[in-house]
Amino acid sequence: MRSLVFIAVMLLAGLCQAVERDYKLKPQQIADNTYVLIGHDEHFSFANGGNIVNTGFIVTEAGVVVIDSGPSRLYGEQLIAAIAQVTDKPVVKLFITHMHPDHFLGNQAFEGLPIAALEKTQDGIRLMGETFNDNLYRLVGSWMKGTRVVAPNQQVEPGLQEIGGHRLQLIAMQGHTGADLAILDQTSGVLFAGDLVFYGRTPTTPHANLDNWQSALEQLRKLDFKVMVPGHGAPVTSEVAISQTSSYLSWLQHYLKKQADSGAAMAELLQPDAPQNLRELAVFKDEYTRSLSHLYPALEAKALADGKVEQQQ
Amino acid sequence: MSYRICSLLLLLLATPLGLVAAEAPADPLNSVMWHEMHQRLLDGAPVVFDERVQVSAPAVAEDSLNLPLWIDATALGEVERLLVFAELNPIPKVLDMQPLKAAPRIGLRIKVQQATPVRAAALTPDGVWHLGGVLVDAAGGGCTAPSIGSGSSDWADRLGEVTARLWSREHHSRLRASIVHPMDTGLVAGIPAFYLEQLEIRESGGDLISRLSLFEPIAENPVLTLDLPKLKQLTMDGRDNNGNPVAAQISLESQTGGGGQ
Ligand SMILES: [Zn+2]
Repeated sequence: MRSLVFIAVMLLAGLCQAVERDYKLKPQQIADNTYVLIGHDEHFSFANGGNIVNTGFIVTEAGVVVIDSGPSRLYGEQLIAAIAQVTDKPVVKLFITHMHPDHFLGNQAFEGLPIAALEKTQDGIRLMGETFNDNLYRLVGSWMKGTRVVAPNQQVEPGLQEIGGHRLQLIAMQGHTGADLAILDQTSGVLFAGDLVFYGRTPTTPHANLDNWQSALEQLRKLDFKVMVPGHGAPVTSEVAISQTSSYLSWLQHYLKKQADSGAAMAELLQPDAPQNLRELAVFKDEYTRSLSHLYPALEAKALADGKVEQQQ
Repeated sequence: MSYRICSLLLLLLATPLGLVAAEAPADPLNSVMWHEMHQRLLDGAPVVFDERVQVSAPAVAEDSLNLPLWIDATALGEVERLLVFAELNPIPKVLDMQPLKAAPRIGLRIKVQQATPVRAAALTPDGVWHLGGVLVDAAGGGCTAPSIGSGSSDWADRLGEVTARLWSREHHSRLRASIVHPMDTGLVAGIPAFYLEQLEIRESGGDLISRLSLFEPIAENPVLTLDLPKLKQLTMDGRDNNGNPVAAQISLESQTGGGGQ
């Protein structure tokens, strides 16, 4: 019996190695010369290969500008192949919106090109990149084969930058992480919001500062965009995704603060009392539970500091 | 769900006869270590798996250094001891509590080394351990990672310092206390085990309310949540395995009138 199982496992392992994994990336045009590749509204899994993220590209006169490189070397390579289905122009620049692994672990496929990110994003990737890479290996397995961390080699200077006839407004913000880059293409009206905006999928908070995040959302609201590409979820033509992200974060902050102030233990809060429209966001339960771990300790420490204690040593 | 209730009913029906039977009941979590844990931590005493002992934890540990737990055995009525353990940790035992006048429930955070069953065993006066538990998945490394405090400079001055708050609730007082301590497991090369091991909660008059034995897997700077009889003031005394004391008096804010911070 055991040897049969062994043989089956070996066969399966052989099979897995033989299959070239395919993200089936399909660029969708959202404006003139502008395309996005929409990821799954899910968590990292073997089934989705880590493709839970949106990437995008702009075909300019001077070549292709890419926004985010995806979760793995393989994704980066398949992204370049997908771009080649649309245009003969070469990729000339890659922007990385922030330090999260699903947004930059495809960098390897763009090695040698200018890869630009905000300074703190560069630092974050240098510091945390390997840990993120290990984590993704654990979560999505062989899709990550041969993936290693390639840190951005250029620092983004916020402001206007023209590339091949497209005026790109590079906006440095923070809140989802310590450095979040949003890119407004003033020529096409497309706003690449990175993970400052989620749509239809619960926002993630492992490096978040919710107050800063809300201010960033207010700033984004004032921008003149025709189409907004969130970091996760479908592109939209209105402020609806900003409002949704904002209302989730606002609920999260108020709910957790109220619980901390009334003395709840962290693991008493695993079944939160949340409005129906927020519960319906994809992966609500998983992301809320992760956020509880990220955010509750600080709120709880604040609440405890109001207690009356005399040390007696 | 109805299946679970059915099996609980069956269990209850079978209890008067089943308890004396030599054969231990099957482990609902199917853990390879359960038998050994039963012998090692519970001396092979009679056990029942009982849904009245609730262990709440996230299905996946987001931070393996800080897995939050909420253990609640109040549905059993009187509980003499409440034991918490993470079966596949290199050091499984987490907590051994004598609730005494406190409710048999507690909130805490622990380190987990890998995916593991996390269980609570509640001993009722008839000598039976009632077991509840859940499986928790984890990326791992929680027990063999150095505490963060060991690397920072100011923890030594604040060792044993208590930050706490009492809330008056309808039928009880809720205590939440955070104690500065690295809680080193001794599993990291060059860093010996260094952890809080004893805490007693007393009414300010001196009567013992509850006694806790803590173990290495409790997360750094432990944050404990307990439900006590209604009171306005209490003391929390204890020590770590090197004899460093913890001693604090905690009061309801509203009772202190003018002062405050
Ligand atoms: Zn992100």
